[in-house]
Amino acid sequence: MNTEELLYCDTHEWVFVSEEDGQKIATVGISAFAVEQLTDLVFMELPSVGTAVTAGDEFGEVESVKAVSPLYSPVTGQVTMVNEGLPDNLDILNTDPYNAGWIMKVAVSEDLPKNLLDHAAYQRQCGEAS
Amino acid sequence: MPYTYNTPAQQEEMLQAIGAESVDQLFDLIPDSIKLDRPLNIPPALGELELTSHMQELARRNTDITENTCFLGAGSYDHFIPAVVDTLTARGEFYTSYTPYQPEVSQGNLQVMFEYQTLICQLTGMDVSNASLYDGGSAAVEAMLMAISITRRNSKIIVVESVHPEYRQIIKTYFATIGTEVVTVSDTSQLESALDETTAAVLVQSPNFFGNIEDIPTVAEQVHEAGALLVCSVDPISLGLLKRPGDAGVDIVVAEGQSLGTPLLYGGPYLGIMACREEFVRRLPGRLAGQTVDQNGKRCWVLTLQTREQHIRREKATSNICTNQGLFALRAAIYLSVMGPTGMRDVANLCLQKAHYAQQQLTKLDRFDPICDQPFFKEFVIRDKQNDIAGLLEKAEDFHLLAGVNLGKWYPQLEDCLLVAVTEKRTIHEIDQLVEVLGS
Amino acid sequence: MRNQHSTQLIFELSTTGRSGVVLPQCDVPTQDVEQLVPASLLQDKYPSLPEVTEPEVIRHFTNLSTLNMSVDTHFYPLGSCTMKYNPKRNERIAGWDGFAQLHPYQSESSLQGMLQLLSELQQMLGEISGLPAVSLQPAAGAHGELAALMVASAFFKQRGENRTKVLAPDSAHGTNPASARMAGFDSVTIRSQADGRVDLEHLKENLGDETAVFMITNPSTLGLFDDQVQLIADLVHEVGGLIYLDGANMNAILGVTRPGDFGADMMHYNPHKTFSGPHGGGGPGAGPICVTETLRPYLPSPTVSFCDESQAYYLDEGSEESIGRVRSFFGNVGVLVRAYCYIRTHGPDGLKRVSETAVLNANYLLSRVKEFLDIPHGDRCMHEFVASAAPLKEATGLKQPAMDIAKRLLDYGFHPPTVYFPLTVPEGLMMEPTETESKQTLDAFADTLKTIVQETAEILHNAPHTAIIHRPDEVMAARQPIVKWTETAD
Repeated sequence: MNTEELLYCDTHEWVFVSEEDGQKIATVGISAFAVEQLTDLVFMELPSVGTAVTAGDEFGEVESVKAVSPLYSPVTGQVTMVNEGLPDNLDILNTDPYNAGWIMKVAVSEDLPKNLLDHAAYQRQCGEAS
Repeated sequence: MPYTYNTPAQQEEMLQAIGAESVDQLFDLIPDSIKLDRPLNIPPALGELELTSHMQELARRNTDITENTCFLGAGSYDHFIPAVVDTLTARGEFYTSYTPYQPEVSQGNLQVMFEYQTLICQLTGMDVSNASLYDGGSAAVEAMLMAISITRRNSKIIVVESVHPEYRQIIKTYFATIGTEVVTVSDTSQLESALDETTAAVLVQSPNFFGNIEDIPTVAEQVHEAGALLVCSVDPISLGLLKRPGDAGVDIVVAEGQSLGTPLLYGGPYLGIMACREEFVRRLPGRLAGQTVDQNGKRCWVLTLQTREQHIRREKATSNICTNQGLFALRAAIYLSVMGPTGMRDVANLCLQKAHYAQQQLTKLDRFDPICDQPFFKEFVIRDKQNDIAGLLEKAEDFHLLAGVNLGKWYPQLEDCLLVAVTEKRTIHEIDQLVEVLGS
Repeated sequence: MRNQHSTQLIFELSTTGRSGVVLPQCDVPTQDVEQLVPASLLQDKYPSLPEVTEPEVIRHFTNLSTLNMSVDTHFYPLGSCTMKYNPKRNERIAGWDGFAQLHPYQSESSLQGMLQLLSELQQMLGEISGLPAVSLQPAAGAHGELAALMVASAFFKQRGENRTKVLAPDSAHGTNPASARMAGFDSVTIRSQADGRVDLEHLKENLGDETAVFMITNPSTLGLFDDQVQLIADLVHEVGGLIYLDGANMNAILGVTRPGDFGADMMHYNPHKTFSGPHGGGGPGAGPICVTETLRPYLPSPTVSFCDESQAYYLDEGSEESIGRVRSFFGNVGVLVRAYCYIRTHGPDGLKRVSETAVLNANYLLSRVKEFLDIPHGDRCMHEFVASAAPLKEATGLKQPAMDIAKRLLDYGFHPPTVYFPLTVPEGLMMEPTETESKQTLDAFADTLKTIVQETAEILHNAPHTAIIHRPDEVMAARQPIVKWTETAD
């Protein structure tokens, strides 16, 4: 994944949309910035395959020792795949959040929300927050 | 002022350092309109001597069970408590400490919690136990809420009528504010027809409120077929003899732990026990002690999976519980340790034998009938053909016997019935006397 | 000097064949167990409990107790927990057979002393709070909160009002929103102003027909008395809502002001804080609730009443409108007996002096601590205050200076204050000395803190240096939870 080609939520999820047999598939993960903010991750709750997700709504959670952070979906559609191995190997999020650290794939059923940020806009937002 | 230190001179020094003229000034932020302009209307202070006399007077107006022979049960039992339990829990380092927020200086409490959690798993055959809840009743309701959260079925739960009536009342109270229906069935034979794919969980008790042992393995099969969870409330003392819930197909075990080393205490504080299958650990309410290592690789214990709890997850927490029953979990841990497997087997056997002897002797009398022939553990119900339970109890009290609990209080159809509990403390003489007095 | 052998896990001390108790022989004619209970309902083997002797149990647990800090051994300024002295006369009295050996279902005529005690306690708690209707049933503060919110829910339901929202400030204890949800409400968070008081504008924005309850802690979790409280009460009452007071901080206002007088409709006490109930290593507590006369019918039942005719105390099942039970039997009576003894020991003047001294001690400690730590909310406080170690981040490069200071305090023999709560103060240290501490102790603590904040980042970050364990790995404990001992483990 080229981070510059991804789109981002202001809640730090990233999304990459590709097409497979005429169906738009979104791959979703969380940014390196988010992982750094969360510090030591201990647990992640993944949605089940087949779950309907809505852009802007929670689809799962990630936990550190002392905090729980919701994960918000960037797209609307149905979950087709989840990264089953990820919850047992959360350190992958530290080393490779944009490739091996993908969280779920969604068959997109609606147009992407207009408020997703491009790489430059997302970088600016993170800069403001620091 | 019995417990404070500051002399008037020290108080002056402190006010000076603060930059205030008087202690009253420290309360300036409170508007005068809401300040109390009179002393509190409560009785004047008592020194230790006067307090002790006053409390002795109050205590004298109670007749405690050292003055009576106790055959009362119904969820609270007169079991023998070895002296070591009281000696150890009287140590200030245990009872005046608090929740182990700083693990480095709470390894005592954390290790006790870890040992307690393990002992409960050993006793019940379950995978995971928490570090305690308030009592058996609130543990039962927390287990049902947990089951709803796990199954994501929030429309219906089933409760059997032979579960402790006060536990069922608690469930009714808690569920009144959430949308889930509580279906009550009269006994376990009615479960199969009540179960369907909207049922989150079923709550049974074994031995049940009437003392009868339920066929839990069969119930478990039925419940699981419907995709629901089985919550079973047990008697920890019975687990020295009876099949362990973990081996019988139970998903979440709850219990009142008072029998494990806590006196009657007029009903509390007691000990809520909860244990469950491994896969449910992240939904378990209450505190959990977990094993880890420190920076030097030394084994130690910490509070873990705290993200389940209210101080982190706030409105999304499984439960709102904060303070639990730490000191009473300690009592249970000491009791189970000093009793060991043979002690627990012996206690259970003594209760079984004595209860059966008592039941047989009582039902030999013309006046009393059993109400069913289901197997029972340490409690049983007898029906009074003369339908005068109140009269019986009064007569028994004249002989310093607390003969049993009148079931009419909760089950109108059983107003002529008495629930009698016989623990390892009851001697053959006491039982024979009970039979004689009730029979006369 | 430490006994490292006896502090192993009790399971590691177990030796097959040992036992701790010897029970009497069965004196009734014994029957074959399988005649009495079907084999399918019996266990195949004994429970796998440890096998140890009585002296081993004593040595094991006695040693474990020495690994704890406690009020009896250390200064314990854990903010919000009110770690005051636990009087021993209360322990002795509560342990008498005449109070401890009473069965919950024995006849009321045999319990008149206990019922009188509970009735008087109801009265005293009502008087101290200014809210006359009292239930002693809830088992802890959070339990009391839940019960009170259920009372509110029942009240509104009866009036046919559909109110779905419970409001609480962002500085509130986590139990507040958790209790709200358990009682079937949605929880709404109201912002605080920079000075720690409730942001009235934000409150007004969120008040409406759906408002059921506003939960307030006053003094707040920052140790400040929000003088807007009457105004807040008026605003909430105007929209038909109720005020719930979280009474965790009652130690600051006993005999000074009363929740019922400043607008609360419901409140809970923490007798294991305010009324010296011992904390027990994490409980038990109790959570009595007090409400207005209007709300009395909805209280959990039973309560204790007095019958003039028979001149006897009795358990009053209350009205049909009662929410029912939240706990089995009467309540955490043992804790209530201690609270009764405490209140009778102090009387009206004594209780007021408790609060005055608690507030004096906290302000004195603040005046010392502000010399070297930031106190974001000013020079005065009630019975506790929150200091911030955030400025140390820049000075030392430490990422979590509050944590490091807390750990370093352990080396000096003090239990640390509460850290990282409330969440509204960065690198917060909440200090509550209580009234049962001397000026000397406060000075020693302040002097120690002063020394600590001047120590090097290395010393702080690697603290504690003298504790028996050092920075346990909480990440590992959460990733791979091991919550019991198993035979095969090393």
